[in-house]
Amino acid sequence: MSKTRHVVARVDDVPPGTRKKIAVAGRDIALFNLGGAFFALGDKCPHESGSLCAGKVVGLAEADEPGRYRLSRDGEFVKCSWHGWEFGIRTGQSWCDPANTRARAYEAGVERGAALVKGPYVADTFPVAVEQDYIVIDL
Amino acid sequence: MKVPYPGAIDCDLHLPLPGMAQLAPFIDAFWREQFLTRRIDRMDFALTSFPARTPLGAREDWQATREGETPLDKLRREALDPHGTRIAVASILHGAIGLYNDDMAAVLCSAVNEHMARDWLDHEPRLRGSILVVASSPEHAVREIERVAPDERFVQALTLVMGDTLPGKRALWPIYRACEKRGLALAIHAGSLYRQAPTGSGWPSFHVEDYVGQSTAFENAIVALLAEGVFNEFPDLRVVCLESGFTWLPTLLWRLNKEWRGVRQEVPWLDRLPSEVVRERVRLTLQPVDAPPDGVQLRKTLAQIACDDMILFSTDYPHAQFAGEEALPDGLPDDLIRKILIDNPMASYPRLVAEKKGGRP
Repeated sequence: MSKTRHVVARVDDVPPGTRKKIAVAGRDIALFNLGGAFFALGDKCPHESGSLCAGKVVGLAEADEPGRYRLSRDGEFVKCSWHGWEFGIRTGQSWCDPANTRARAYEAGVERGAALVKGPYVADTFPVAVEQDYIVIDL
Repeated sequence: MKVPYPGAIDCDLHLPLPGMAQLAPFIDAFWREQFLTRRIDRMDFALTSFPARTPLGAREDWQATREGETPLDKLRREALDPHGTRIAVASILHGAIGLYNDDMAAVLCSAVNEHMARDWLDHEPRLRGSILVVASSPEHAVREIERVAPDERFVQALTLVMGDTLPGKRALWPIYRACEKRGLALAIHAGSLYRQAPTGSGWPSFHVEDYVGQSTAFENAIVALLAEGVFNEFPDLRVVCLESGFTWLPTLLWRLNKEWRGVRQEVPWLDRLPSEVVRERVRLTLQPVDAPPDGVQLRKTLAQIACDDMILFSTDYPHAQFAGEEALPDGLPDDLIRKILIDNPMASYPRLVAEKKGGRP
């Protein structure tokens, strides 16, 4: 099935380190800006459908031994707002159960308005201006 | 059912409490005099958790010694011979471990351990010993483990499930370190020192509450050992839960795994499914079996535990856990019976593993 490109937000609307909940073609999607790169996860935890967008964005807690704590990969994970399950924002993979549990991940990117105006795209909620940058999701 | 063939390894068997007269040869002059002058020699040192002659404390038919029979004869007749037992891991649940005076507690524990070696192990090659330790004083406990450990017949160090602190707390780690280093399993037996109320909501009124609540204490202990990082810090340490029951295990493992997913960041050393760690490192003895008499339901529970390596045969002698010689519950599959009776115990105690290989651990 061919994918449709959806223009979902202006880049300025989702600054680095923030997330935004959007609705695309009837689906709720959590859009994350991770250091300038955009990632989109279905806003539905694979556990019991809690909102990921409403969860806390965290780093990866690890320990080489009991009592020696280490935090890495700052801001690369989101904890589901309901039960705290951690998902990698880049992949949607669960940290605890990467093989079997994953949130739906969508391709997200940035396009210049000028490019979009030429293209086939869907922008339901706002007009696209030539001089702006937009976040696009293919699904 | 009866144990179907010889060779069983009974992992929880209790020897009678020695009186002070029996311990006296193993106590130095200073303390012998102290016990006499302070009239401590009159105390029986029964633990509150195991009062003498209560109905659950010992089977009625096992309480009488026949004429001319020594305590060892009685043990052979009632506990070892009927089940074709090849090895029995014995313990003495002596009240020394409940004393607040650490020095006195340590002296008495040493005496109990010496009594075990000289008066029991020396006379019955099927017996193996438990090193009774004062967990409330890790310093004394480690010293006693180091003192007794050269005697290879001792295969575990024994504490109670409810002491001053939860098992697993870091203050206790020297004990765990000594066990691991010496190839001793850490045995956690049902019972309480009553330093704390045995429930999270204070003191119960009745014995039944105390008795049933033991399984909750074991759940707490297993979770604490995991959360505190004991299994990370001591990769070769085995934990054996004695008189714990085991049918509560599936729900504990489900709950553990589920909650771990949400809050694992607070214990980041716990970096894989807690149930996997428990299945690898924790062992539980068979009796008392809490399961229904229906074998079908017992098999369901075992399927939910989903690990054939965890249960170790035990009679819990002389406690009243089964009728006649029916030490095994009905419904166990044949291959699991063999594992419970022989293979699991042989794989769980580092010193039995070493014995099998013919060398030191």
